[in-house]
Amino acid sequence: MKGRHTFAAGCVLVGLVLAVAVVSLVWLPYDPSDTTGGRLAPPGGEHLLGTDKLGRDLLTRLMVGARIALTVGAGSVLVGGVLGVAAGLLAGFATRWLDDALSAALDILIAFPTLLLAMLVVAVREASLGSAIVAIGLAMSGVVARLTRVLVKRVLAQDYITASRTSGTSWPRLVTEHVLPNIWPTLLVNLALQLGLAVLAEASLSYLGLGPPPPNASWGRLLQEAQATVLTAPLGAVAPGVLLVVLVVGVNLVADGLRDLADPTRRSSR
Amino acid sequence: MGRYLLRRTSFLLASLLLAASLLFVLLRLLPGDPANALVSVGATPEQLAAARRQIGSDLPLPEQFASWLGGLARLDLGTSFVSKLPVGSEIAARLAVTVPLTLLAFTLAVVVALPVGFLAAWRSDRWYGPLLNGVAQLGVAVPVFWIGILLVTVFALRLRVLPAGGFPREDWAEPGRALTSLLLPVVTIALVMSASLIRYVRSATVDVLGSDFLRTARAMGESFGGAMWRHGLRNASVPVISILGIELATTFLGAVVVESVFTLPGLGTLLIKGIAEHDYPVIQGVLVVSTLAVLLIGFAADVVQRLVDPRLRAHVGGGRP
Repeated sequence: MKGRHTFAAGCVLVGLVLAVAVVSLVWLPYDPSDTTGGRLAPPGGEHLLGTDKLGRDLLTRLMVGARIALTVGAGSVLVGGVLGVAAGLLAGFATRWLDDALSAALDILIAFPTLLLAMLVVAVREASLGSAIVAIGLAMSGVVARLTRVLVKRVLAQDYITASRTSGTSWPRLVTEHVLPNIWPTLLVNLALQLGLAVLAEASLSYLGLGPPPPNASWGRLLQEAQATVLTAPLGAVAPGVLLVVLVVGVNLVADGLRDLADPTRRSSR
Repeated sequence: MGRYLLRRTSFLLASLLLAASLLFVLLRLLPGDPANALVSVGATPEQLAAARRQIGSDLPLPEQFASWLGGLARLDLGTSFVSKLPVGSEIAARLAVTVPLTLLAFTLAVVVALPVGFLAAWRSDRWYGPLLNGVAQLGVAVPVFWIGILLVTVFALRLRVLPAGGFPREDWAEPGRALTSLLLPVVTIALVMSASLIRYVRSATVDVLGSDFLRTARAMGESFGGAMWRHGLRNASVPVISILGIELATTFLGAVVVESVFTLPGLGTLLIKGIAEHDYPVIQGVLVVSTLAVLLIGFAADVVQRLVDPRLRAHVGGGRP
């Protein structure tokens, strides 16, 4: 029961941000780079949440920010998930020698800190939406691969796999029929947690000025820009942070709920 | 243990070598020539060639790679394009800010998280157990730099009791002033870090509280405190130590962002500056030093974990999951 409520609460929070992002595709109160609103207009009136120091509408930029947060989050989970699951499957099925080599490489990739890796990718390419997605996804793939490998090994040790193997099932069929159906719930929970981390990583990159460049109004960039005017326009420095927390808490709740729903033994004990 | 140390040390060296190679390859994949960062926009081909010779980017790649690794082995990280100072000494000066910042924040976070995490598990039936847990849940979702912005707003801009940022020019000559400027950044990092630590301490405690060995110890007549001290602490500490290692590394990296919030002259701001100025020796140097730090922390955590938990020592050879 508890899992279902957690899951539902998470879905509501994520859905809220998702709805804002979808609306921003078809309708925005103002143009995101329109600076005609007057500088630091207070909330209310023509600009519902006021304007920033260049006169851009805060609500508009928050809506665009939702889109960027979700794009980078989902994009990097896609990159990291595909790379990670592929590498993890390979290591899980590999012979001992290849498995050892892959595991060592993964350990090193994981030891390489996410944010530094992301900053390195951005330093090599230029700061853009694509760079942020590739950088965060790449950093994430190590963790996903290591988890996948452990899960695959656990499934492959089961008796029914041995039975299936002796009866001549090819390994691609083994993957699609036995391995993936058994490991996807745990993987999904982990990918959901990674989504939250990716959103935070993108915010940090943008705050440092290494995220998607203007006119992409990422929440991290909004916070960085609002820091100087926090006393005159406090809403600009509060609202993007609140939205970030709402999205990440929502994603984490979805992950927790999924974990409880996928594993019945956890439901009663907590 | 000796064999394990040997194996773990060789893994550490291999990781560092791989990380250094990865850095080299990635930075050489750049579309432009790093020499372009050294000369002004309208430079003649001769000037460009001179710049290339100066930084060695005219050499074949294997030779560049050998000299980069050779420099690393001699702890020589090259010379900054912009300041013309040795990168090694620039980084050393920055570490005087980043290392105290990291260690103070880490200590504060541990001091807060251990009792709070224990309470959240032990008193999960009282009103404050779930509350503490909920606050920790919220804490892991908050971007660290946002906490920094909010704390600066309240304590530096509104109440004016602490500096909003910066670090004394004379570094640690006046420890009091240096500590004052580190106070807000330390609290910022510690707040966010303790949130995730609390969750790990809590779940480790939940496992111990429900364990058979604790029940047995209690049935044998030990007091709750005695049983926790003799059996619980050591069992709960195993997962927590490995997490502490990861968290210390995360703190070190969190410092990168928080230094920007408070404009502290640390490793993080040096890296950002290096990226903005295309100062490749600085970027390389900072990334190598931080990776080394993270790898060393992981090494220390693994070794300590083995000292605490004899079960890990039992099957050193074939300990494959």
